[in-house]
Amino acid sequence: MSEVRRIDASEYTPPTDPRAVAEAGVDLAVDLAGMKLPNPILTASGCFAAGAEMDRFYDVTELGAIVVKSVTLEPRQGLPTPRMAETPSGMLNAIGLQNPGIDAWLTKDLPWLQSKGARVVVSIAGRSVDDFRAVARKLRGKGGIAAIEVNLSCPNVEERGMVFACSPTDSAEVITAVRRETDVPVLGKLTSDVTDIVSIARAVVDAGANGLTLINTLLGMAIDPDTGKPEIYNTYAGLSGPAIRPVALRNVHQVHTALPDVPILGCGGIRTVTDVVQFLRAGASAVSVGTATFVDPFVGQRLIKELRSWLAERGLGSARELIGTVEPWS
Amino acid sequence: MSTRRAGIVEGRRDSDGPVGSTCEVLARRREGAYWLLSLAAPAIAERARPGQFVNIAVEAPGTLLRRPFSIARVSKQGIAAGTIEVVFDAHGPGTEWLTHVDLHDVIDVIGPLGNPFPLPQRKVSCLLIGGGYGAAPLFFLADELTRKGLRVDMIIGAGSLDRIPNAIEAKRITASVTFTTEDGSYGTHGRVTDVLDEVVEKCGSGVVYACGPNPMLRAVSERCEAMDLPVQVAVEEKMGCGIGVCFTCVLPISTKNGEVTMKRACVEGPVFNGARIAWDQSRYDLGAPTPTDEDDQDAPPEPERLTDSEIWGDA
Repeated sequence: MSEVRRIDASEYTPPTDPRAVAEAGVDLAVDLAGMKLPNPILTASGCFAAGAEMDRFYDVTELGAIVVKSVTLEPRQGLPTPRMAETPSGMLNAIGLQNPGIDAWLTKDLPWLQSKGARVVVSIAGRSVDDFRAVARKLRGKGGIAAIEVNLSCPNVEERGMVFACSPTDSAEVITAVRRETDVPVLGKLTSDVTDIVSIARAVVDAGANGLTLINTLLGMAIDPDTGKPEIYNTYAGLSGPAIRPVALRNVHQVHTALPDVPILGCGGIRTVTDVVQFLRAGASAVSVGTATFVDPFVGQRLIKELRSWLAERGLGSARELIGTVEPWS
Repeated sequence: MSTRRAGIVEGRRDSDGPVGSTCEVLARRREGAYWLLSLAAPAIAERARPGQFVNIAVEAPGTLLRRPFSIARVSKQGIAAGTIEVVFDAHGPGTEWLTHVDLHDVIDVIGPLGNPFPLPQRKVSCLLIGGGYGAAPLFFLADELTRKGLRVDMIIGAGSLDRIPNAIEAKRITASVTFTTEDGSYGTHGRVTDVLDEVVEKCGSGVVYACGPNPMLRAVSERCEAMDLPVQVAVEEKMGCGIGVCFTCVLPISTKNGEVTMKRACVEGPVFNGARIAWDQSRYDLGAPTPTDEDDQDAPPEPERLTDSEIWGDA
C-alpha cells in the first residue's frame, strides 16, 4: 500500500498556472432539464444495470444521477447469444432489452436506489405508445425518481417494426403520452441513424420533452470471416464506445445550435475528462458515461474528480461556464 | 511499456468484493501450448476463492474491453504471498498482447469477480474435471478441498498432451488423475466423458466439479445428471464488462419452478449447477458423438447419492 505523506503547510508551493483556483472552490453543479445535479457525470442506460452491481466498487450516489437500464412493461429475457462483439475502439451489442419488467423493478431495484438516496433517471422502453404510457403510469408518484428518459430506439410493432426515433410523428406521440402521465422531467433519447436529427429533436421537444439525450448507439454489423455468420445473433447491433464519440459530439452540437434552449444530456464514447469537456462545450448540460464503465468500473467516480481538477487548473469556477462554448475559427 | 505504479488499489477496502489493482508481472512463461502469468496482487489474492476470475485490461491497438481469466492459483502465505496466477491460450489480439508483457511490467486487474465453487458441507469424494486450460483453476479448488480433508480425483482432457497444463502437479495434489487426449498423445485416447463413469465408480465420487469449454461442460453435466451426481461447472462465456452491467454473458438457467431465465455468467456465475443449465436452449452443441455409448450390461449396485441440498446446504 502507498505510504501516507504529510504535507507541511510551510512547504506548500502554490500552483504555477496563474489562472488556477482551489479545487474546493470549483462548483460542479448543473441543471439538466429542471434537475438540480451535484455534478454533470451520469451513467448511460444499459451500462450500469440498476446501480447495485456498481455500488460494490464505489458509492454510486456520488454520480450526478444514475440512468438505469431500460425497463419495459413486461419482463424480457432478451435475445439469444452471442450478444456482443468487440470492434476497433468500440463494441457491438444486441441484448434485446433484457429486464425484469416494471413491476419487479419497482419492488426490487427502485427501493434499493431509494435506500441509497441516489438520483434516478428511469429509462423506459416499449413496443407501442400504450406500452410507454403504461410504464410511465406505473412510475407515477414513486419517490426518488428525478426524471424519465424515453428510449425511443425501440422497434414500433404498430409501424412494421420501424424504430420510434426514426419518425418525428411516432416519437412525438410517445413523448406526448409519457408527458401526460408524469410530473418529473422527460428526456427523449434519440438515435443518430436518421437523415435529420434536428427535425426529430424539434418534434420531441414540441411534444413536451424537457430535454434530449444524444445519442443512442449507431447500428452496425460484424461478420465472422471463417463461418460467414454475423458475430451477433441479431445480425445488426448497436455500436458504442470511443468509435462513435465524434458522431455523438457532432449531433450534440448540431441540435444545440438549432435549439439552444433545449437541455441536452450528451452520450457516446465518453471516457476521459477531455471528452466530458468537449461535450459540455458542444452544448450538453451533462453527460452519460456508458461503455467506458465496462472497461473501468471506477470511471464515473474518477471523471467527477478529474473534471474538478481540470476546471481548477484553468481558473474556471463552475462547470456551467463551459456549456455551449465552441469558439469559431473566424 | 507501462509507466503506471504497482500496488495501487481502488475500491471498497472494507469488503470482500472486487477491487481494482495495478499488478506487477512476476512471471510469464509457457505452460505447454498455453501461457502462465503470475501477478503481484495482494488485495485480490486475499479475497479470491476457487472458481472466481479476474478481468485484465489489455492495450493491444484497437481493443477496448478487458479480458476475463479464471484464477488458476493463489498464494496467500509464504515467499510468494499475495500472488495470483492465470493460465490462458493466446487466441486473439488481447490474449496475444498479454503474451508480450515483460517481467515487472504493471498491468491493470479487477477482481476477484464472480461466484466461487460451493464447497461440500459434508465428507464426500470430489471429482474435478478439466478441459484444456480450464483445468488450471481446478488446482486452486483442489488445494481448498484437500485442506478441508476431502478426497480429490481429477480427469484432465485436452486435444493433445501440450494442452494439459501441469500434469505433474495434477498427480502430486490428487488421489488419482486420469488423462484423456483426443489425438491419443497422452493418457486415454478420447474425451473426459469416455472415462467419466469408470472414474466415478473407481473413486466413489460423490460430487463433480468441472471447468473447460462449454460443449465439454454440457457433456459432463448431462452425464452427471444421468448418474444423479451433483455437478458444479464454471462456464466460459464471452463477456463485455465482467461486472454484471452489460448483460452479454448470459446463459439459460432453469429455476426451481421450472422457468428458464437468462443469468449473467459474470455475477450470477461463472459457477452454475450443471444440471440447472438449459443446455438445449444454449448455443453449445455436444459436437460429434463419442463412441462409448454402450448399453450397461451388468448394472453395478446402485451407488449412494446425495442431493444438492445435502451437499451444498440450502443455497
